[in-house]
Amino acid sequence: MIVAEQKPMEEIVALVAGHKRVLALGCGGCVTVCLSGGQREVSTLASIVRLGCRMTVEEATLERQCDAEFFDAVREQAERCDAILSLACGVGVQMAARLFPGKPVYPALNTRFMGTNDGAGQWSENCLACGDCSLGVFGAVCPVARCSKSLLNGPCGGSANGMCEVDPERIECAWQLVHDRLKALGRMDVLDAIAEPRDWSKTHSGGPRRLSREDMADLR
Amino acid sequence: MNDNACKSGSGLEKKLAAGGFAVTAELGPPKSADIDAIAKKAACLKGVVDAVNITDNQTAIVRVSSIATAKLALDMGLEPIMQMTCRDRNRLAIQADVLGAYLLGIRNMLCLTGDHQCFGNHADARYVFDLDSLQLVRMVKRMRDDKVFACGQDIRTSKKSEPKEPRMYIGAAANPFGDPFEFRAARLEKKVKAGVDFVQTQCIYDMDRFSRWMEHVRDRGLHRACKILAGVTPLKSAGMARYMRDQVAGIIVPDDYVKRMADAKDPKEEGIRICVEQIERIRQIEGVAGIHVMAIEWEEKVAEIVEKAGLRKNGE
Ligand code: SF4
Ligand code: SF4
Repeated sequence: MIVAEQKPMEEIVALVAGHKRVLALGCGGCVTVCLSGGQREVSTLASIVRLGCRMTVEEATLERQCDAEFFDAVREQAERCDAILSLACGVGVQMAARLFPGKPVYPALNTRFMGTNDGAGQWSENCLACGDCSLGVFGAVCPVARCSKSLLNGPCGGSANGMCEVDPERIECAWQLVHDRLKALGRMDVLDAIAEPRDWSKTHSGGPRRLSREDMADLR
Repeated sequence: MNDNACKSGSGLEKKLAAGGFAVTAELGPPKSADIDAIAKKAACLKGVVDAVNITDNQTAIVRVSSIATAKLALDMGLEPIMQMTCRDRNRLAIQADVLGAYLLGIRNMLCLTGDHQCFGNHADARYVFDLDSLQLVRMVKRMRDDKVFACGQDIRTSKKSEPKEPRMYIGAAANPFGDPFEFRAARLEKKVKAGVDFVQTQCIYDMDRFSRWMEHVRDRGLHRACKILAGVTPLKSAGMARYMRDQVAGIIVPDDYVKRMADAKDPKEEGIRICVEQIERIRQIEGVAGIHVMAIEWEEKVAEIVEKAGLRKNGE
C-alpha cells in the first residue's frame, strides 16, 4: 500500500489559515489502512482545526481519492467550502485539485512510500515502482528499493550482522535478505551473473510516467 | 612482462605484473582549496610508496575533487590512483571524468560504491548510484578494451577518426569483513569477471578472518586473476581502536588490539608496532600481492611503517 503520515499540526494550520470553511477530505484506500487519512483521522483532524483555527470544518471520506468517479458524492459539499484539506496520498490531493480548479487544495499528509505493514505502527518501504520488476531474479527481495544504494551486484562493505550501514538499528540489509532467500531456495547460482546497469528511463528519470492500454481504451 | 603487455601506462601495473610486492598509501584531499595541505601530504609519500589513492569525497564530506588532487599529486611526483564513487556521479559524468583523467596523465582508477551521504556533511543531498561498483568496473574496462562507451558507441571524435580510449589500470575495493561472509569471495569473483585488475581490501585487524577469506580467494583462483593488496590502518589511540570496533560498519577490531592500545605507554608507537606486525603476518599469506597503508590523517608515518616492515620501494 501507499504509506503516509500526517504532517505536523503547525504546518497544517499554517496551510489552512485564513479560510473560513474547509472540507477535510479523507480517503478509504491505503491511507485508511495505514491509519493516516481515513474517516477516523478526518474526524480527529477536523476537531483540532476547528478548535485551533476557529473555522468551520466539514468532513467527508471518499472510497478512493485517486479516482474521479468517487468525487460526485462530495461535489456540493466541496463547492460551498472555500478550501479542501485532503487526507489522501499525493495522488489523491492532485485529483481533488484537478476536479476543483478554482479551489485551493492542501495536503494534510506526507506521502512516504510503498510498503508493507510490519506490525502495530510499523511500515517499511518495499518497492520504488521502477517499471522493470526484477524480483524474479533476486529471490523476491527488491534490492532497488530495499538496498540504501540500490546495488544490483551484492552487498556493499557496510553490511554487518544483517543490517544496513545507513541505519544499523532499523534497516535490514537487502543483500543479506536476498542472500538468505536464494540460499534457502538453493539458487545461489543466480548471484554469479553480473546484473547489467539498470534502464533508469523506466523510472521517474525518464520523466513522469504514463501508461496507456489499448485493450482498456476499447472497453470505454 | 614487457611494457606492451600492460593494459595501461600505469607504473603500479608494471610492478605488480613483474611480480613485485607493491605498497600503496592514501592521500585524502583537504576540505578547502588548500594546495599546501596536498603538497605536505604528497611530500610524506613521495619515493616511499608505489602509488597513492586519492580519495573521492571520502565519508561523503566535500573535499577537493579526486581528479584534481590526482593531477596535482602526479605533478608532485607521485603515481595517483584516482578513486571514484558511484554516489556522486552518473554514467555520463563518470565517463567524462575518466576521459579527462586519462588526458591529465592519470592511469590508475579505483571503482567504489561510496559511503552513503548520510555519513557526511550533506546528508540532505540526492544520491546517484546510477551504477554499482561492479558495473563501474565493467564500464571502465569496456572503455579500455572494447573502446566503447556504456551505451555501446565507439569512443572516437568523429566517424572517420580512430578510437582514442582511456586506458586505466582498474582497481576496486574488497571487504573480507562485511557480511554475509560466505558471499564475500563470491563477490570478488564477480568483480574479477567484471574486469578488475587489482583490489585493495578494507583495513584488516582480524587476521584470522582475513586468512579464511584468502583461503576462499585461493580456492577460486582469484589471486591469480587479480592482484590483491591487503589494507592496513595504523591505530593512533585506544579511542580510535574502540571507535573502529564499535562504530565503523564493516570493520572488525579484535579486543586484543584494543587492550594493547589501552595498556600502551606510548599508544602511537604501539599502533605502529601493531601495524608492522600485521604487515609481517600478511606477507606470509599466499596470494597477497601488496600492502595498502591507509594512515588516516597520519601520512607522515607511512615512511616509518614501510621502513620498519622492510617494504622499501623497489627494494624487494
Ligand atoms: S524491482 Fe522495481 S518494480 Fe520490482 S519491487 Fe523493486 S522497485 Fe518495485
Ligand atoms: S548495507 Fe546492504 S542495504 Fe545497506 S547499502 Fe550496503 S548493501 Fe545496500
